[in-house]
Amino acid sequence: MNKTASGAIYNDSMGPDNAFAAVALPHLDAAFNLARWLTGSRAEAQDVVQEAMVRALTYFPSFRGGNSRAWILQIVRNTAYGALKARRGERLAAYAAFEEGAAIEDIPDPTDDPEKALIRFHDAARVDALIDALPLELRETLVLRELEELSYRDIAQVTSVPIGTVMSRLWRARRMLVRAAAEEGSR
Amino acid sequence: MSTGDCGKLLLLQAELDGELDAAQAAALAEHRAGCPECRRNEAAILAARQALRRATYHRADPKLLAAVTGRLAAIPAPPGRRMAFPWRGLSTFGAGAALAAAIILTVLPPGNRGGVAALVDDHVRALQPGHLLDVVSTNQHTVKPWFDGRLDFAPPVRDLAAEGFPLVGGRLDYLLGRTAAVLVYSHGKHVIELFVWPASGRDALPARAARNGYNVAHWRANGMSFAAVSDLDPAGLEAFVRDWRQGP
Repeated sequence: MNKTASGAIYNDSMGPDNAFAAVALPHLDAAFNLARWLTGSRAEAQDVVQEAMVRALTYFPSFRGGNSRAWILQIVRNTAYGALKARRGERLAAYAAFEEGAAIEDIPDPTDDPEKALIRFHDAARVDALIDALPLELRETLVLRELEELSYRDIAQVTSVPIGTVMSRLWRARRMLVRAAAEEGSR
Repeated sequence: MSTGDCGKLLLLQAELDGELDAAQAAALAEHRAGCPECRRNEAAILAARQALRRATYHRADPKLLAAVTGRLAAIPAPPGRRMAFPWRGLSTFGAGAALAAAIILTVLPPGNRGGVAALVDDHVRALQPGHLLDVVSTNQHTVKPWFDGRLDFAPPVRDLAAEGFPLVGGRLDYLLGRTAAVLVYSHGKHVIELFVWPASGRDALPARAARNGYNVAHWRANGMSFAAVSDLDPAGLEAFVRDWRQGP
């Protein structure tokens, strides 16, 4: 699938000079999408993507092939975290503590009702707001899985955690999302 | 209080995410058939998935692409490596078009030059070798709607087949810091590209420039800037411009 901003098609005929551009630029939309979901701001996301692409070019000689999208997104994610830390370090730290203690089944939910939640999901703006309300680590995992359609392995690479953590984060993200929507619906 | 986990929760989720192989999936299927927790959790996962389908996918805009390529181009190549960013590898025609962009600088009034931006745009174009056409059509009624939604302006599209310049298609390109519509015409073995982008200045009659065998004509009309570029001889290009300005 073509996901570039320009609609340009990159191919092998470009020669070695274009190698970095051919690897990186097709993922510009994915890079921006992730940066925007992580930072919550278009302007900040643009800065993050520019910075990340410059870093990626620097690291490019050590890129050994494989999934180039995961490689780029990993750099984008780390760059975004740097920007977030500078902006609101306290919040990241607070969430990290929560993450340590949380287990999969720690989200009790007697009123959970997926059917009711589905009704709340009809409005795109509401969905965006619900995703934005998720803790950073859960949000990024969900976005990488459902919007970027990365495999567990690739998500583990991008977010620098074991696959088991990806799986539990993914579940908690989904569960939280559905629960938030259901609660909203019963208000 | 339900914990929602029958012990197979993450396995079920992996199955719904397409992460299980056939043997694992078959093993799970037996359990799943009789497990109310699994049914509930599956509904929750699918509800979340449906929600994400409505979520916004934030796409990069062309300005970001231009900014990124500009930043990359400004980085000097490390020793032992050839240029980190492409000036070369252009198709023959792409090289002509890039050259044309530089030439156009010379026919624009100083206020409109934006030389740095044009250099960036050359880079962007250089990434699109052999990328002459995004939409192939000899029908202006196909080409015009194709531009709608891809641009923040509506370029006039004309077919000049009767005058000997049939429209063969169109594409988007970058010129002077913004997106331009490019209409592609043919004339015998020659290709004529007409760049169109919104203009801020007053109407201006066609001005000609030439370099390395390429001829360029630039004019402004009705709030649009036009630049026709071709390896056609000056008289041929002049005829094209005249016919285009007169309309079909």
